[in-house]
Amino acid sequence: MCEALLTIEGLTKAYPGVVANADVSFQIGVGEIHALLGENGAGKSTLVKMIYGLVRPDQGRMLLHGSAYAPHEPRAARAAGVAMVFQHFSLFEALNVAENVALGMENPPRQRELAARIRQVSQAYGLPLDPERLVGDLSAGERQRVEIIRCLLQEPKLLIMDEPTSVLTPQEVAILFQTLRKLAAEGTAILYISHKLEEIRVLCDAATILRRGRVVATCTPREKSARELAELMVGAVLMAPERSGLRLGAVALEVVGLSARSPNPFGTALKDISFSVRRGEILGIAGVAGNGQDELLLALSGEICGAKEAVKIDGVGFGDLGPNHRRRAGLVTAPEERLGHAAAPDMSLTENALLSGAVRQGLVRRGFIDWVATRAFAERIVEAFDVRTPGIGVAARALSGGNLQKFVIGREVLQAPSVLVVNQPTWGVDAAAAAAIRQALIDRAATGAAIVVISQDLDELLEITDRFAALNGGRLSPPRPTEGLSVEEIGLLMGGAHGMEAGHVAA
Amino acid sequence: MLRLEKRATPSRAWQVATPFVAVILTMIAGGILFAVLGKNPFEAIRTIFWDPLFNAQFASYSRPQLLVKAGPLILIAIGLSLGFRAGIWNIGAEGQYIMGAIAGAAAGLAFYPGDHWWIFPIMVLAGALGGWAWAMIPAILKTRFNTNEILVSLLLVYVAEQLLASVALGALRDPEGGGFPGSRNLSQWPASANLELLAGTGMHWGVVAAFIAVIFAYILLQRHILGFQIRLTGQSPRAARFAGVNPNRLVLVCMGLSGALAGLAGLFEVAGPAGKLSIDFNTGYGFTAIIVAFLGRLHPVGILLAGLLMALTYIGGELAQFMLGLPSAAIQAFQGMLLFFLLAVDILTNFRLRFGRPALATKET
Repeated sequence: MCEALLTIEGLTKAYPGVVANADVSFQIGVGEIHALLGENGAGKSTLVKMIYGLVRPDQGRMLLHGSAYAPHEPRAARAAGVAMVFQHFSLFEALNVAENVALGMENPPRQRELAARIRQVSQAYGLPLDPERLVGDLSAGERQRVEIIRCLLQEPKLLIMDEPTSVLTPQEVAILFQTLRKLAAEGTAILYISHKLEEIRVLCDAATILRRGRVVATCTPREKSARELAELMVGAVLMAPERSGLRLGAVALEVVGLSARSPNPFGTALKDISFSVRRGEILGIAGVAGNGQDELLLALSGEICGAKEAVKIDGVGFGDLGPNHRRRAGLVTAPEERLGHAAAPDMSLTENALLSGAVRQGLVRRGFIDWVATRAFAERIVEAFDVRTPGIGVAARALSGGNLQKFVIGREVLQAPSVLVVNQPTWGVDAAAAAAIRQALIDRAATGAAIVVISQDLDELLEITDRFAALNGGRLSPPRPTEGLSVEEIGLLMGGAHGMEAGHVAA
Repeated sequence: MLRLEKRATPSRAWQVATPFVAVILTMIAGGILFAVLGKNPFEAIRTIFWDPLFNAQFASYSRPQLLVKAGPLILIAIGLSLGFRAGIWNIGAEGQYIMGAIAGAAAGLAFYPGDHWWIFPIMVLAGALGGWAWAMIPAILKTRFNTNEILVSLLLVYVAEQLLASVALGALRDPEGGGFPGSRNLSQWPASANLELLAGTGMHWGVVAAFIAVIFAYILLQRHILGFQIRLTGQSPRAARFAGVNPNRLVLVCMGLSGALAGLAGLFEVAGPAGKLSIDFNTGYGFTAIIVAFLGRLHPVGILLAGLLMALTYIGGELAQFMLGLPSAAIQAFQGMLLFFLLAVDILTNFRLRFGRPALATKET
């Protein structure tokens, strides 16, 4: 790239006990799509927050178009031409698209004018969007468009995108990439944050790789293999999970015509879901976030009850019984949200071990808790799953995401279940912990458990599952053998582009 | 510049220290209040906290009063604390207290003037049932129709007060009372009297029940799965559902327990220190117990100590009214300050005070 848009020199930011960024320097050129690559906790978020004015660096400086750039708040960053699309959308579901866009603007024009501008921008960049529609009715991909258009209306010089594809189907990703390429061709630089290596290889012109807060490499991603990039990111040679010969047993979990309403007003109802999983088998359930994953886990765990015969464990109907009945019968679950659902944030690891382990581990006798046995169980989880913690007495919220996830998965796996259902088992977990969790799931299957993995990480599902199904709008596609599935087919199972068209991108 | 920083884990030291800090701040602010009212603040504080226990002239009367007043406060607060821990807000203990007293007194008076050993136990049972039934109204409305238990339980206090007036003037009025409102004197009828068990201590059956409740609640919360479910539900309702807790059942259990304990307190009061049902025998214990529960950190032992402290401010407050002419409203304001400061200082268990540069950002997510 000939001309530098943003130059970062020696940025350092330390928090009590952790250096988030140490002496980070790199350059983004005008019209360049630049990847910022790193594991969770590598310091990507802090770096981006400094660029966007949410965090002030301890040391170092930034230059935008050659002049000093030190935004003290996001508004200053936006005024300088820096815009950001966050991973988690900040949209009001009860308002329409135009109203949501107006809320993010300094001086919003009148509704009608704004709607016209939204239409114009969305046409120009191939992101069709109706300004009058209620955000609550939009798919995740369409919601992301609202965020992107909100940014584009500011005509930014630098657009920061934080993990934009985690909520998209492969088809939607393709549309997004077309838009980003068109933007780049017009001279807008894009800082693209991700840990998905293939995407970065396809999309980005340059990549800066962070590990433990430091820049460990700058490269042209097209010239590297995904494996090389991964090893740069992790700093170690990665082991692929091992799968020994598959031995299938009897059907352990059978779901027949399961329908359930969502407990949340904007949630997705489950519609007539049927599948079965045999002992020794891993069934993967893919889908874009918000297509019924949470509801499916709740319906399987027993937090939502329904018809008795809709959920059968070893042939016996448990659909009308709560979580502890199902645990006793051999079905355990690990929900997606670690803090607040799978674990109580302010309770100790010991108490959290009791939370779901009480029934199968016999930790409660005649109503009284056996704390000695509970502590032993917690110790066993910590040891077997290499949970890094000062002790089992610390509160769950004090653990890092990856460590707590290992604890949660370990708690369920060590109960020797015959059916294990996990939702997003490696979400927000570093690569080493993710590999350990996947291996644990595979090992559990090998000892004769039926396993259901609900995940939005396609690579993960392709790697460890035997059969594959996708949730779309609360319906489940018929499961198919994972082997031989192409990404294109998977995308169609996930609902294709969710009614979004590619639009007409002129670039 | 002052700012708050979230702690990784709640500070145990502060959890213990906040009630003491709150008491000291209350003394300071109360002292200022008393000074503005033209009283010597040091004398006022001494009269409230010291004289009832150690002043030679008053102690012989005041000391037994300490248990008499602390008993019902502790008994009610223990029940409330179980619900509060689970995020179930029974604000209407005063009403359950009144209903327990009415039910208990009525059950006893049905056998008047009999002389059987089982009359008092039946009254105790009826008292607990009366409070329990009154608490079931907001509980069932909440589980069935998702009404707000705070509003329903609170408003039922006023219904209970009207019922009390009605029975004191009507159904339970003493036929030999010369037409004055109020029931027969239960404390003067041996079969129903809740007598002082040890002379000069103020110890009556209600105080015994309070101590038993403290031990019961301690074991429940530390060792029993129901106690764990209560704590879990209060901290993290979704995790509780995941753990298999039935939230509706928990509402019924917690409201029922707190109602029954409040009803018991009412019965022991009306059969003992108050003596009879009168239009205004209730003295706001049900509301003060809310302060006691929080002052005691919703912990059984803490509530025991907080109940004693609150009883002391009652007795000392009366003494200060009598000796120094402090208005009773000033004493109530003083007690209110205690809760205010407690809740304000409470933030330090989860947050750390920092002086210096302004907050830049939270830890990387």
